[in-house]
Amino acid sequence: MFGMRIWLRVNGEPVEADIWEGESLLYVLRERLGYPGSKNACEQGECGSCSVMLDGKLVCACLVLGAQADGHEVVTVEGLSEDGRLHRVQEAFVVAGAVQCGFCTPGLVVAAADLLQHRPDPSDDEIREALSGNLCRCTGYAKIFDAVRLAAR
Amino acid sequence: MDVLTPRTLDEALRLKSERPDALPIQGGTDVMVELNFDRARPPALLNLNELAELRGWSEENGRIRLAAGLTYAEAMQTPLPALAEASRTVGGPQIRNRGTIGGNLGTSSPAGDALPPLLVCGAQVRMASVRGERTLPLAEFVTGVKRNVLADDELILAVDVDAEPGRQTFLKVGPRNAMVISVVSLALRVDGELTASFGSAGPVPGLVSAPLEDAESFPVQVAAAAAPIDDVRGTAAYRRHALRVLTKRALERCLA
Repeated sequence: MFGMRIWLRVNGEPVEADIWEGESLLYVLRERLGYPGSKNACEQGECGSCSVMLDGKLVCACLVLGAQADGHEVVTVEGLSEDGRLHRVQEAFVVAGAVQCGFCTPGLVVAAADLLQHRPDPSDDEIREALSGNLCRCTGYAKIFDAVRLAAR
Repeated sequence: MDVLTPRTLDEALRLKSERPDALPIQGGTDVMVELNFDRARPPALLNLNELAELRGWSEENGRIRLAAGLTYAEAMQTPLPALAEASRTVGGPQIRNRGTIGGNLGTSSPAGDALPPLLVCGAQVRMASVRGERTLPLAEFVTGVKRNVLADDELILAVDVDAEPGRQTFLKVGPRNAMVISVVSLALRVDGELTASFGSAGPVPGLVSAPLEDAESFPVQVAAAAAPIDDVRGTAAYRRHALRVLTKRALERCLA
């Protein structure tokens, strides 16, 4: 059944996985490698719940072929914290109460962290555009905006 | 299923001639949806991600060459106003970091947002196989809904467009600003004449030209050239109406 083996780096650690050739990076991360932080919802790039960094670029893991990650570097939401401390975006989501059911949170945290890395002090429109690929069905986004502004400070 | 990952363009063309059934995958924003939903099980995938030859863009002799692997995020940084604007309306940041101009051409959807801006820039599509290279105007490359002239052993290399863009803009109608497939889209270029191209209003993107003096009647001309259908995203009548409005707005922007 398994057709191929890939080698990649996830959150700084070299890992290998035996995968089916047609499966997504999201499936590889969650089901083969045990990184369940990236969420599986729409599987078509609409919801952003599976957002990860691939070679430093924000992508939907569901739209990357697992085999395309061979030899590449992935950072998931599990890899954002440093020295056991939450990333400032994660901290801000807690403080601002930006989490309800929590399903979209990992994707939004990764997308917001990516934004702040490139734009330390984003305008509201920049936040809106940066998070436009992530859907939240609970919050109405107001608290999420608060969290991003808080993290930016 | 096999995944073929060539490291050079020559290797890619050789693999494509040996495995004409291999489906090229670059950003994956179209292909992965088909795979994830079990709508396609190609015998093989040709992963183009490792080909340096398909990256970036360059300018030479008054033309700009956009390599097939140019992402929408990268296209937003090119000196082509309508293409940059259109690219910014594609998906969200995650999609724009992966989706490519070459993929938009390969998919040849009537709703492909890169196609109208490329058409108003005199786009020529460069294709190659082990048999050699050929170049065709984009209007001849796309032949129908998700159909094009690409042969089984060919790959899209690049798109060449005019480097002197004139005044240009791109407008798109959808239920929200981000993450939408266009209900109807319009690219306009104004230099010596008026050139408009529209998407999602016919089986292939339309292209309409008129002399500058025709600015008054141009919105009606553009709407009349469309062949829209009723579908889940909108009605034919709405699309025709919206095209007229978008053309008028685009003219206001470009002639101001």
